[in-house]
Amino acid sequence: MANEGKRVYTWELPVRFTHWIIALCIFVFSITGFYIGNPFMYAISSKQYIMGWMRFIHFVTAYVFLMCVIIRIYWGFMGNKYACICAWFPFSGEKLSELFSVLKFYLFLSKKVPYTVGHHALSGLTYLIVYLFFIFEIASGFALYSVNHHGAIWYILGGWLTGAMSLSFIRLYHHLVMYVLLSFTLVHVYFALYSDSREKNGLMISIFTGYKFSSGKESDL
Amino acid sequence: MKFPSDDALNEASETVEIFGQKGVSRRDFMKFCTGMAAILALPATFIPKIAEAVSGQKPYVVWLEFQDCAGDSESMLRASKPTIASIVLDVISLEYHETIMAPSGKNAEKSLMDVVNNQKGKYIAIVEGAIPLKDGGVYCCIGGRSAIDIAKEVCGNAAFTINVGSCSSWGGIASAKPNPTGAVGVGEAVPGITYVNLPGCPMNVENVTATIVHYLTFGTLPSVDEKHRPYFAHGKTVHDNCERRAHYDAGQFVRQWGDEGHRQGWCLYEMGCKGPVAHFNCPSIRWNGATSWPVQGGHGCIACAADHNWDEAYPFYSRLPNVPGFGIESTADKIGAGLAAATAAGLVLHGVGRAISSKKEE
Repeated sequence: MANEGKRVYTWELPVRFTHWIIALCIFVFSITGFYIGNPFMYAISSKQYIMGWMRFIHFVTAYVFLMCVIIRIYWGFMGNKYACICAWFPFSGEKLSELFSVLKFYLFLSKKVPYTVGHHALSGLTYLIVYLFFIFEIASGFALYSVNHHGAIWYILGGWLTGAMSLSFIRLYHHLVMYVLLSFTLVHVYFALYSDSREKNGLMISIFTGYKFSSGKESDL
Repeated sequence: MKFPSDDALNEASETVEIFGQKGVSRRDFMKFCTGMAAILALPATFIPKIAEAVSGQKPYVVWLEFQDCAGDSESMLRASKPTIASIVLDVISLEYHETIMAPSGKNAEKSLMDVVNNQKGKYIAIVEGAIPLKDGGVYCCIGGRSAIDIAKEVCGNAAFTINVGSCSSWGGIASAKPNPTGAVGVGEAVPGITYVNLPGCPMNVENVTATIVHYLTFGTLPSVDEKHRPYFAHGKTVHDNCERRAHYDAGQFVRQWGDEGHRQGWCLYEMGCKGPVAHFNCPSIRWNGATSWPVQGGHGCIACAADHNWDEAYPFYSRLPNVPGFGIESTADKIGAGLAAATAAGLVLHGVGRAISSKKEE
């Protein structure tokens, strides 16, 4: 095993940067968005500006989030092979069989540890779905924003959605997808810890430093 | 102090005299013209143009009623500035209106057909009520003719059609699920006609008058959005012009009917107010001579001017609609919390499974 114990630079700076900013965005979105949907604090004085600030922070975060999503997708074409957007489309025969073997491993049906440096097929597919949810949140968010912000840019970013769905339902699905993304966060952290403990490749630390430790068994080294 | 509109008012004095002979005071007439300019967001210099336009021609108008409750007719009769009698009937020549016209039966239908045949392409058709298309349109017949048949002839030969109220704009309550009669709005029932939608339940008569005044003044219909609603009336959300908006931004909400916040006039957002999804100029022009409007009266907006509000803005007393496919008691938050809890439970189970399977390995 020539590669055993070798440090592999897996997650490049743009990948780590967008990962953490997106995580922060989801945290901020959830708190401010939940308040906007269901105000849990009440102003004592009319001089306060709670809803105003919540909305302001939500909207500013929206632009930060949009930029991060754009940067990450761009890096999916420009970055290294582990950042490649092709990992999100595991639809080749080989990738599909990998997907099922990972699924079996997670469901205790197999003891074969799926050693990979980058994304294995199941995680790649998960991120595709997560990004589709991200894009839906962006479009529906800007659709709601376009109601009182008239302009081509907001129409392109999501205003067109108001022609296909009523505003009430855009608001409903925008809200429901928050729960989907929060549930994903739970699953994501859990399986990161789980894979770290099973594969012993420094996965948890890699999203801070960028480096993973190879055991020499990885299929995509 | 001299207002820029003073010159404009003097220019229109000749017109005012004509109206004076009809028993309308100069003051009332100029108030009307100024009000119309304000609703249409026109500068004061347009006031004499409006005064001239409304005292000149008298367009023929026919008012059709299909699947309706005559609520829009009621709203029209509530016109106060100007009153329906003093100006609207002098500005337009209302030839046919089933509810308020004197003739009945064949004579009434004759007046309608006289306008359609003699004023082809010149008269204005105002439609109130939805048009049922199911089963050949048998669910609404007047004088032995189906609504769709009448609409095709009358609206098809009109200069343009004004659809007043939600029913004629997009089907209204008649088209709410399950829509047993296949009710649709006039624009959908009679494709190809020129029309303006003035939805609302009922429509606001000030907007109908302003649309006609715009036509008389400029010879065109006001600019409309993709739902054929004029921007001057439906360009902004109720929420953005609401007098309670400051309470929304501050974070002061009514939590229960009759609570302290409700008595203080705080925001009705949490009580299911649909102001944020409704486009209407309700807060600025109000109703019954600008006396009040629903939110001022302490009730949330039900988005009566939004498409399919009976299905999509429903339930009126909760902020989000019901989640499709789940029981009516489920709210989005219950489902979301359930999803998160199920995920957490799944992960705990997985952890237990891991503990068991790793023991087996040893």
